[in-house]
Amino acid sequence: MAKASKNQTMDETGGRRSLLGEALVHLALVVATAAALYPVLWVMSLAFSSSQAPSARVLPWPEAPSLDQFRAVVGTHDAAGRWLFGRQLFNSLSVSIATAVVGVGIATPAAYALARFRFLGKERGVWLLMATQMFPGVATLVPLYLILQGLHLLDSRAGLVLVYATTSVPFCVMQLRSSFEAIPVDLEEAAMVDGASRFQAFRMVALPAARPAIAVTALFAFMGAWNEFILAATLMSRAESFTLPVALQRYVGEHGAAWGHFAAGALIVSIPVMAIFYLAQRHIVSGLTSGGVKG
Amino acid sequence: MKLRSALAALLAVMGALLVALVTRRADAARTLVVWHAYRDAEERALDKVLADFRAAHPDAVVESLAIPFDAYASKLEAAIPHGHGPDVFIDAHERLGDYRARGLVAPIDPALVDRAAFDASALEAVSLDGKPYALPLALKCLALYLRAPTWPEGKSPASLDELLNGPGVRLAYEASGAYTHAPLLHAFGGRILDDKGRYAFADGPAVDSLTWVAAAVSRGAIPEEASGALVTQMFSSGSPSGADAAISGPWLAADLPKGIAYRVVPIPPVRAGGPKPRPFLTVEGAMIAPKPRDAALAGEMLKFLVATPSALVRAREGRQVVASRDAWTDPSVANDPLLRGFAEAARDAMPMPTSAAMRAAWEPTSRAIQKVLRGDVAPRAAMDEAAHRYADVTRPLPRPADPRFPLLLLGLVGLFAAFRAVRAARDPVFRAEARASLPAYAYVTHAVIIVTLLVAVPLVIGAATSFFAGRAGSLSYVGLANYVEILTARGGPIFASGSFYAVLAVTILWTVCNVTLHLALGVALALLLARPALRLRGVYRVLLIVPWAVPSYVSALAWKGMFHRQLGAVNAILKAIGVEPVAWFSKFATAFAANVATNVWLGFPFMMVVTLGALAAIPREVLEAAEVDGATRWQRFWRVTFPLLRPTLAPSVVLGAVWTFNMFNVVFLVSGGEPDGRTEILVSEAYRWAFTRQAQYGYASAYAVLIFLLLVVTTRLIRAQKEAA
Repeated sequence: MAKASKNQTMDETGGRRSLLGEALVHLALVVATAAALYPVLWVMSLAFSSSQAPSARVLPWPEAPSLDQFRAVVGTHDAAGRWLFGRQLFNSLSVSIATAVVGVGIATPAAYALARFRFLGKERGVWLLMATQMFPGVATLVPLYLILQGLHLLDSRAGLVLVYATTSVPFCVMQLRSSFEAIPVDLEEAAMVDGASRFQAFRMVALPAARPAIAVTALFAFMGAWNEFILAATLMSRAESFTLPVALQRYVGEHGAAWGHFAAGALIVSIPVMAIFYLAQRHIVSGLTSGGVKG
Repeated sequence: MKLRSALAALLAVMGALLVALVTRRADAARTLVVWHAYRDAEERALDKVLADFRAAHPDAVVESLAIPFDAYASKLEAAIPHGHGPDVFIDAHERLGDYRARGLVAPIDPALVDRAAFDASALEAVSLDGKPYALPLALKCLALYLRAPTWPEGKSPASLDELLNGPGVRLAYEASGAYTHAPLLHAFGGRILDDKGRYAFADGPAVDSLTWVAAAVSRGAIPEEASGALVTQMFSSGSPSGADAAISGPWLAADLPKGIAYRVVPIPPVRAGGPKPRPFLTVEGAMIAPKPRDAALAGEMLKFLVATPSALVRAREGRQVVASRDAWTDPSVANDPLLRGFAEAARDAMPMPTSAAMRAAWEPTSRAIQKVLRGDVAPRAAMDEAAHRYADVTRPLPRPADPRFPLLLLGLVGLFAAFRAVRAARDPVFRAEARASLPAYAYVTHAVIIVTLLVAVPLVIGAATSFFAGRAGSLSYVGLANYVEILTARGGPIFASGSFYAVLAVTILWTVCNVTLHLALGVALALLLARPALRLRGVYRVLLIVPWAVPSYVSALAWKGMFHRQLGAVNAILKAIGVEPVAWFSKFATAFAANVATNVWLGFPFMMVVTLGALAAIPREVLEAAEVDGATRWQRFWRVTFPLLRPTLAPSVVLGAVWTFNMFNVVFLVSGGEPDGRTEILVSEAYRWAFTRQAQYGYASAYAVLIFLLLVVTTRLIRAQKEAA
C-alpha cells in the first residue's frame, strides 16, 4: 500500500485506473445521492397519493396515484370567491424578488466600501454586522411587530420586503465583500488614472466583475424570503396577504394533519428553487468561493 | 455623484413605502373581521353561515381568516391589543380567563344573550363571575367510536376492560396526552386541578389510572405513541390491521373516509358498574374583542352565528354538536347518530377549568404520562417531577427592582460617551481621519440607517426586555432577576433536565456533531466529485445539492414523518432488513440522532459546494509533487490537500457553527424536544418560554441574550487564537 502502484499514479492524472476503485467511487456517490433524494421522493409519493395520511412503505411510490392533492391545494378559494392560492403565490414571488433586489441593492455599495476603503468605524461595523447574526430571532419578533405597526406596514408586502431585505443585509454584505476583495484592484486604479471617478470605477469596473457573486447573493436572499414563515405568520393576519409557506403550515397542525396537501404544496414551493439551483449551479460554486465567506 | 447609490437606495425604500400606503385598503364604513381555527367541514359550514350573513347585510364588508390551531392564541395576543385583530373570534371557553386577564375579550352585552336559547351548563362555561364572555356555539368532548360489524347497533361494551379484552389492538387512543388521559383519571377519582385550582395530579388515583393505561399499552391493546393521525388511520382501516374502537373527539369523524359505518357512545366505565369516565368539556364560543371596528355589526354577527338557521348549517354540514337548544328540535339533528352520541357524552362531561393554572398544567402532566408509558420511571416519581415542573412554570414573578440605579448607570455611560465624542471631535488626528472617511460613508450610510432601524433596534429592545418580567402590557422592571433564575437553574439541581446548563450541554453536543458531520460528508463527497474524468459528475452534483434547495421546514417536517413510529419510512426500512422498529422520539439518543440526521441532510451540500470551490483553487502540481515523492493517498490528503483547504473552509465552518447553534426549525419541528424536553437546544427552549409557557417574554429574552453572549465570546476567542497562531 505504501508504494504507489502504477494504477494509482495514473489515477490523479486521469489515465487508466482500477475498475474496482471506480466502482467503489460510484457506489459511494450513488448511496449518497439516494440518501439525499429519498426524503424528497417520499414527499413526492405523498403528494401524488390520494390518501391524506402516510403509510409505512419502503419504496416511495404513490398509493393510488392521483392529482387530487394538487388540485385541492392549487384550487383554494376564500369565501368571497377570490383565488387564494394565486394571490399567495403572487405574494411569495413578489416579496422574494423584491427582497433579493432591495437586499443586494443595499448591501452592494456597503460591501464595496468595506473591501476598498479604510474608514473610521469599519472594524467595529463589520463586527457588529457579524454579531447581529448571533442574536436569536425569537427575541426580536415582538419589537419588529411594533416597529412595523408604527410604520403602518403590518399586513403589507412592502413591510415584509423591508424586514426580509434588512435581515438579509448582514449576510449579503459579508458575502459580497469577499467577492470584491477577490477582484484585483489594478483594474479600478487603471480606470481612475484614465479619469474615472471612484464611483464610476465602482459602477463600470468592479460591479460587472462581481456579477456572478452578486447573482448568487441575490439567489440566497431570494431563498431566505421564499422559505421564511415565522415572521410572515406573525406580521400578516389576512389570508390574502399570506405567503405560501404560511399557507402550507396550515395543513400540518397539531390536531389532524393533511399530509397529502402539505406534500403537494411543499413540492410546488420547492420546485422553483430547485430549478434556479439547477440553472445556477456553476455560479453557486464559483460565487460562494470567490474568496470564501469571510468570518 | 458619490451620493447616487445612497440616493437610489433611499428612493427605492421610499417607493416601497409609498406603494404600501397606496395599496392599503381604505376602510369601508362597516367592516367586520372574523377569526377562527376551523378546518375542512367546520370551516366550510362557517363560510356558508358567513355568506348568509353577507347576503343579509349587503352594506357590510365581512372578512374571515382561518388560523392554524397551534398559532391561534399567540396570534390573538399579538394582534388584538394593537388593533390588528378580529372583531369577532371563535375559541374554546377555557381560554377566556386568560384572555380576560390580557384584555383580549369583552363581556357580551346582556341584551344579546337569550338565556333560554342555550343549555344552562354551556352558558355557564362561557361566563366569568356570572357574566357571559361568549355566546356558546358548539360542545366538544371525547367519546367512544365503535365500528359496525364488530359493534352492531345496540351492542356496546359495558366497560373498557371488556372492550380491551381480546387479541390485537383493541382501541385506537392517544394514551400519552393529558387531555385524553383526563377521563380515565376522573374515573379513578383523580383530578388534574383540585377544587381550589391547585395542581392535583399527584396522588393515588393518578397512580391507578397510569398503571391501568401502561398495562394496556404494554400488552398491545392500545397502540404505543399514538398520534391523532394514527388514531384516524387505525380506526379507518379497522381490525385486524387497525382497531374497531377509538376514543376521540368530533374531529375524528371529519377525517374518516366515507363509507365507514360507526356509532358514537359515551366512554364506558373502566370496570362494569364503576364510575363514569368524565371527559373534559370544551364549549366553543363566539367572542368579541374589546374595541370592535363596528360594535353594532359585531353584535349582530354574534346573534346570527347562534341563531337556529346557522346552528342547523353548522350541525348538518360542519358536524358540530351545537349549543343552541332550538336546533335539537329538528329531527335531522336530533336523530343524527354522531351528533346524538356526542351530545350524550357532553352531558356527563366536566367543563374545563378556565384558569391560567389549567393552561400551565398540560405540559407537565403530558410529559409525566409519556414517561410512565415509556417505562422510564415509576408513576410516583413522574408525578413528583410533574409537580416540580408545574411549580417551575407558575412560579411567582420576581419582585420588581428599583429602576433608579440602572437609569443612573445608563446616564453615566451616556455622559461618558458624549464626553469622549466631544474630545475626539476636537482631536485633529481624529478629524483628519473622519474627513478621509467621508467618501466611504457615501457608500455605507443607507445600509447603516436601515440596518439600525430594522435589525439593531429590535435587537436592543429584545435584549432590554430581559430585565423585565410579567406579560405584555404589564411588564415590570426586575433587574437581573431573570438571569439569576436561569443561571441558578431556578433553584433546582444544576444539571436537572431543562436547566440552562443541561440544555447548554445538549446544544454544544448538537453543534459539534452537526458541524463535524457536515464537514466530513461535505469534504468526502467533494473529493469524490473532484476526481478527474469522473463520469456523471454533473448529474451527481445536481442531485446532491437538492437538499439545500428544499425549504428547511419542509425537509424537517418530512423527516419527522419518516421517523414516525408506525407510519414512518425509516422504520419500514428497518423492518424490511429485519431490524426491530425503533420508537425514535422516546429515548434521548435516538431522538437526538433523528435531529442530527435531519440537520446533516440539510447542511452537507453547503459544505460540499464550498469544498468543491476550494479544491478547484488548489494547483494540481502540488498534489502531483507529493505523489512523485511517494505519499499515499491518505498522506496526500492530510498533509497536502487538507492544510490547503483549511483557510477557505474555516470561515464557513464558523458560520455553520453559529447557524447550527441557533437552528430552531429542525429541533422544534422534528423532535419538538422529545423525549421530555431533553433534546431541546437553547433557542427552542427560549421559544417555549416566550410562546408556550405563559408568554414569559422577559425570561425568553434573557435566554436570547445569554445565547448571544456565548456566541460572541466563543467567536472572539477563536479569532484571538487564530491571530496568536
